[in-house]
Amino acid sequence: MVRALFPKSRARRAFLRAVGGATALGAIAQFFPLGLVKEVFAAAAPEKKNLKVGFIPITCATPIIMAHPMGFYAKHGLNVEVVKTAGWAVIRDKTLNKEYDAAHMLSPMPLAITLGAGANPIPYTMPAVENINGQAITLAIKHKDKRDPKTWKGFRFAVPFDYSMHNYLLRYYVAEHGLDPDTDIQIRAVPPPEMVANLRAENIDGFLGPDPFNQRAVYDGVGFIHLLSKELWDGHPCCAFAASKEFVTTMPNTYAALLKAIIDATAFAAKQENRKAIAGAIAPANYLNQPETVLEQILTGTYADGLGNVRTDPRRIDFDPFPWDSFAIWILTQMKRWGQIKGDVDYASIAKEVYLATDTAKLMQEVGLTPPLGASKTFKVMGKEFDPSKPEEYIKGFAIKRAA
Amino acid sequence: MRSAAAPIRSGCIDMLSSLTLRAALVSLALLGTFLALWHIATLGSGPVVKMDPQYAKLMGAAAAQGKSAMPTPADVGAKIWQHMQNPFYDRGTNDKGLGIQLAYSIARVGAGYLLAVAIAVPAGFLIGMSPLMHRALDPFIQVLKPISPLAWMPLALYTIKDSSISAIFVIFVCSLWPMLINTAFGVASVRREWLNVAKTLEMPAWRTAWRVILPAAAPTILTGMRISIGIAWLVIVAAEMLVGGTGIGYFVWNEWNNLSIANVITAILFIGLVGMALDQLMACLQRFVSYAD
Repeated sequence: MVRALFPKSRARRAFLRAVGGATALGAIAQFFPLGLVKEVFAAAAPEKKNLKVGFIPITCATPIIMAHPMGFYAKHGLNVEVVKTAGWAVIRDKTLNKEYDAAHMLSPMPLAITLGAGANPIPYTMPAVENINGQAITLAIKHKDKRDPKTWKGFRFAVPFDYSMHNYLLRYYVAEHGLDPDTDIQIRAVPPPEMVANLRAENIDGFLGPDPFNQRAVYDGVGFIHLLSKELWDGHPCCAFAASKEFVTTMPNTYAALLKAIIDATAFAAKQENRKAIAGAIAPANYLNQPETVLEQILTGTYADGLGNVRTDPRRIDFDPFPWDSFAIWILTQMKRWGQIKGDVDYASIAKEVYLATDTAKLMQEVGLTPPLGASKTFKVMGKEFDPSKPEEYIKGFAIKRAA
Repeated sequence: MRSAAAPIRSGCIDMLSSLTLRAALVSLALLGTFLALWHIATLGSGPVVKMDPQYAKLMGAAAAQGKSAMPTPADVGAKIWQHMQNPFYDRGTNDKGLGIQLAYSIARVGAGYLLAVAIAVPAGFLIGMSPLMHRALDPFIQVLKPISPLAWMPLALYTIKDSSISAIFVIFVCSLWPMLINTAFGVASVRREWLNVAKTLEMPAWRTAWRVILPAAAPTILTGMRISIGIAWLVIVAAEMLVGGTGIGYFVWNEWNNLSIANVITAILFIGLVGMALDQLMACLQRFVSYAD
């Protein structure tokens, strides 16, 4: 509705930024029959009902996956087919050539695709974060006495993809302990299911990877959980729901319905009491294809850690759809830090172009959640504060980096 | 004087010395030994760590009871039986029965293979009948022939932009070469006398090709086709693991995700059986066109 009033996105965002969401609504309500318009907007039919959304079978994509068996897509008038995909590169290619309408991606991927790093530059958007937390550093059982990162010189680690939170978090962690991730350890991109097999075969010493493979390594007696990613940065984004800008602009109603369904599912997943049911719904072969007890341990947070202890951490994985601009800026600083992007970067404007915080805020309200008022916040990564308005100083403050 | 028992004994010995029977017995003995060794290898337990019962409940059988991570022959047998009882189930986009997945793979192989036949046989004729074209095209064939299908796949996905057409293209480009080379060879080795007779009878070129060269070269062409179908079947499994969606290769990848080795072994067994069936089909066709020289 606000889009109808302010068709030019820049002007609209400027307006909203200037007055804030609630005030804007108040101001408009004075001149506009809001109730009527909201109903009309809500009833706007999707242009395309049959959609294909690709996903990688990891617990990060829980809202995208569970929306299928638990009826969230149907509730919002869509017939969505969730298609399991073989890997991140394939999901990127299939989304770029439009075999998928939207897909589950790693949070840095829409930024990388828009900037043209590692693929053709095509404008991508990330309207919703799928999960926060939910990863872990898992080491092989034989290293159970080597838990101090300073003893990890020469270790071989696996991460799912070069443009992933896993890569950046692992690098951040070892750099904070004085190791250079490019020279002192080896980091390889390995598909998550192969991580457990590689750990067993002693090809790698550990991995920072997505669940369910951390818990699966423990379940199969191959590894132990050294650190939850939540202990590095509580509330870090991991995976995202991404769509091309073309999809967003040419099919706005479909996009709104799809996003709403996913935000709805995310809100449902955020509640602890629903987690057990969700584990049961996404365990079958059509979705994650994992033993139900492994998924239950991950989603409820009561889990075996591989060293004989049962730990409890209900926010081991959590779900919050809001795509903070600050997340995008942190990711961009780390991409620059490790030389994945070079030159001057306009952090704030790229973040705003790709992470559609305003759209998400509006839809969050429609499903009954309370979105934050701004799109920017400060947070702490391993105890060090990050201020999104000073990205260059942040990068300069690191001892170990590739950027000049 | 021969005893009454002698004819019976020699009859049994005749039977036992039949080669087929002896070969079958040796095969069965090898299979039995293999299964026995497998069973013994998976009986053992890994180190069993003492665990809290509550902890043990959260752990898998491999860690809690020291059960071998590799499935026993009995496990695999049970899985095979389970799949054969219900081969065509469809529980969603990503979970279809073994029968349906094999059907998808065979369909893709069929499409790529027939396309390859349509191009390879005429091109083979051209190369076989014309020494100029043979020399001219030879460098290209030699360079393209050893390229692995997995190397073609990213290029195909990038240019063709459709994953199922890319899979069919990769099968086409890999099964092309044996047929092409064998056809060229077969055509070039047709007996001079027969070609001379055709020339004496003043047969036009196309008629010579159709009535004389094709039947003469048919056994060699079919050998090429038989090799190609084997390669095509090999390639489809690899291509589907990369691209995903449907097919037996995708099934193997999906079960690998769950580290369900029993399912992976079942799939491998069926891949082998279907490959054998396709080969036997070609062998039948080959017998049909062979002749005594």
